[in-house]
Amino acid sequence: MNRVSLVLTLAFAAALSIEAASAQTLKTVKDRGMVSCGVSQGLPGFSSPDDKGNWTGLDVDVCRAVAAAIFNDATKVKFVPLSAKDRFTALQSGEIDVLSRNTTWTLSRDTSLGANFTGVTYYDGQGFLVKKSLKVNSALELNSASVCVQTGTTTEQNLADYFKGNNMKYEVIAFASADETVKAYESGRCDVFTSDVSQLYAERLKLSNPADHAVLPEVISKEPLGPMVRHGDDQWFDIVKWVLFAMVDAEELGVTQKNVDEMAKSDKPELKRAFGTDGNLGEQLGLTKDWVSRIVKAVGNYGESFERNVGAGSKLGIARGLNQLWNKGGIQYAPPIR
Amino acid sequence: MTIEPRKPPPQFAFWLKRALGGRAGWTGFILQILFVAALVWIGYEIVENARANLQAQRITSGFGFLNNTAGFDVSQSLIPYSGSYPYSRVFLVGLLNTLLVSIIGIFFATMIGFLVALGRLSPNWLLSRISGGYVELIRNLPLLFQILFWYLAVLSALPNPRQSISLFGSFFLSNRGFVVPKPIANPGLEPFALALLAAVVISLLLRRYARRQLFESGRLVTIWPYVVGLLIGLPLVTALVLGAPVTFEVPELKGFNFSGGSRIIPEFVALTVALSTYTAAFIAEIVRAGIQSVHKGQMEAGSSLGLHRGSVLRLIVVPQAMRVILPPLTNQYLNLTKNSSLAVAIGYPDLFSVFAGTTLSQTGQAIEIIAITMGVYLLISLVTSAIMSFYGWRLGRSLNA
Repeated sequence: MNRVSLVLTLAFAAALSIEAASAQTLKTVKDRGMVSCGVSQGLPGFSSPDDKGNWTGLDVDVCRAVAAAIFNDATKVKFVPLSAKDRFTALQSGEIDVLSRNTTWTLSRDTSLGANFTGVTYYDGQGFLVKKSLKVNSALELNSASVCVQTGTTTEQNLADYFKGNNMKYEVIAFASADETVKAYESGRCDVFTSDVSQLYAERLKLSNPADHAVLPEVISKEPLGPMVRHGDDQWFDIVKWVLFAMVDAEELGVTQKNVDEMAKSDKPELKRAFGTDGNLGEQLGLTKDWVSRIVKAVGNYGESFERNVGAGSKLGIARGLNQLWNKGGIQYAPPIR
Repeated sequence: MTIEPRKPPPQFAFWLKRALGGRAGWTGFILQILFVAALVWIGYEIVENARANLQAQRITSGFGFLNNTAGFDVSQSLIPYSGSYPYSRVFLVGLLNTLLVSIIGIFFATMIGFLVALGRLSPNWLLSRISGGYVELIRNLPLLFQILFWYLAVLSALPNPRQSISLFGSFFLSNRGFVVPKPIANPGLEPFALALLAAVVISLLLRRYARRQLFESGRLVTIWPYVVGLLIGLPLVTALVLGAPVTFEVPELKGFNFSGGSRIIPEFVALTVALSTYTAAFIAEIVRAGIQSVHKGQMEAGSSLGLHRGSVLRLIVVPQAMRVILPPLTNQYLNLTKNSSLAVAIGYPDLFSVFAGTTLSQTGQAIEIIAITMGVYLLISLVTSAIMSFYGWRLGRSLNA
């Protein structure tokens, strides 16, 4: 860990001294032939490598969609696994072009880090995982518990707020990586493991006996997770933002991986605009006219990506909930492509 | 015709030339000035460039963040701390935790190191083989691996708090650490402490007197019965008169954890054990080399004076060996302090973990925080080596006397 942060910091200083806030990310990416994408060190459903080293997950799909929109090839992504505490430095230093790593959107992160959030890929909240044998049914019964948490996360601060707000004592043990945190929880060093609820479900799969552990009903915070890009390059910011919007809009318009070619021939005005048969919206972004169909062909629409990675079609089996489209009872909403 | 005395050469310029230019004279001097100027310029450019670019990307910079509220908790703190304190307090908490683990680690590493070295040199076959095996095993395994071993393999094997191993109903060992009764001061504590202090001072004076008698007139004065009497008797009398100086708060199992009592967290134990056993293996080799560097005639001379092995080592060999031992020993102390930053792997809240880790990722001010952290480790190392140099200087003086 030490070396990684040091190297990143040095790279950061070096990058800063070589090129000033470069507004050339798209050009750099095209020259390189790859999108460099910061992901987690392995969080099932969001970003994790399989046994052949192929990355999959909801966060991974965002990067693949960006690569598809630029190169028409979803494999042209270089994935850089980052710990929670190294992620922002990697983005600031230019080591990665997009940070798509289950990162909570907060005001201070949006301002002081020199980076911008481009949207919300997953509406999450913080919860608690406990052993069923402790017979705890509510987070309010956790007075005097030992809590394992990953360092450098909003989780750590919410935890302090929650226990203080409810006048409960606790002991916090903070680890640098998610794996170490889960290992300590499993070994009995802590009674509780706290993180974003989606992450709790994902990490529970890694435990030797997932059925012995339960997620408590309380959700103690708002955790809107989304991708980040550096300040100072509005074009790149727009591209990453609209790639995600395109995935959500595609679901709303009923465009799926299967029917994308048929839909592209449709006469409906909104579909014609999206597929570039009418106007040149994609080119205004610095992409091509067929950017939406490239994205949907590569990773599917938002709903397909959700179901495949974290929803019913995955081991996690998380319900859509808040992440359902706005017109189907959720809050996922994208501005129109026009 | 008068002869003018020749003017003396300008002494100051001559001195300056010698001091700065050495043999090369003024050319060397100018070269050095140019070199220093170039270094300063490069440093200035780096700082200025980073500053300008941070500003261009609107990344917050400067040290103002130190006054912001931290908002997260820490599992072990030597000073009062909670989430509502500012980041500067987090820095202090981390620094003290680093110093604590370093100082205790250095103490145990030195003890174990000396014992293993003496064991390795011992004529006892079994003892010397065991010590040799210890050194070879420990120093050839990576430190991070050993820390994780102590943390995950040894401490996790302990039972949970509800089934903790209890000693006398007041000491509890579990995977949450070692819980001991906490001393709470009573009014009688101050006189008790004063009595103890007085006993220590008088004992030291007695020892000095006894040594002077021994060296000056060759009389062996037995002082230990007085010393024992003073050290135990004096505090005991005050305690009997004024009541017990402290009472103990016995820990009790409440809910998930023990409440009351003091607790030594397992992260601290694992880190201290790993650091001190690891460094001890190196210290053992340094001490062995030092002792073997003393001519064996010294040992033989000591034995022929009728001193037994322990006294020969303590009074004759080790003091001479210290000269050889000291510089590499300082290196090991510095290594131990720096290696303590591996704490981050097991969640011990040291400086690197809470400041260059959590604080860095919450504020995003990498340059400032890494600079402060580097500065602090540098300072700790410089102070350590200054203390060791001072000790070495005193040692050299007393050996040359």
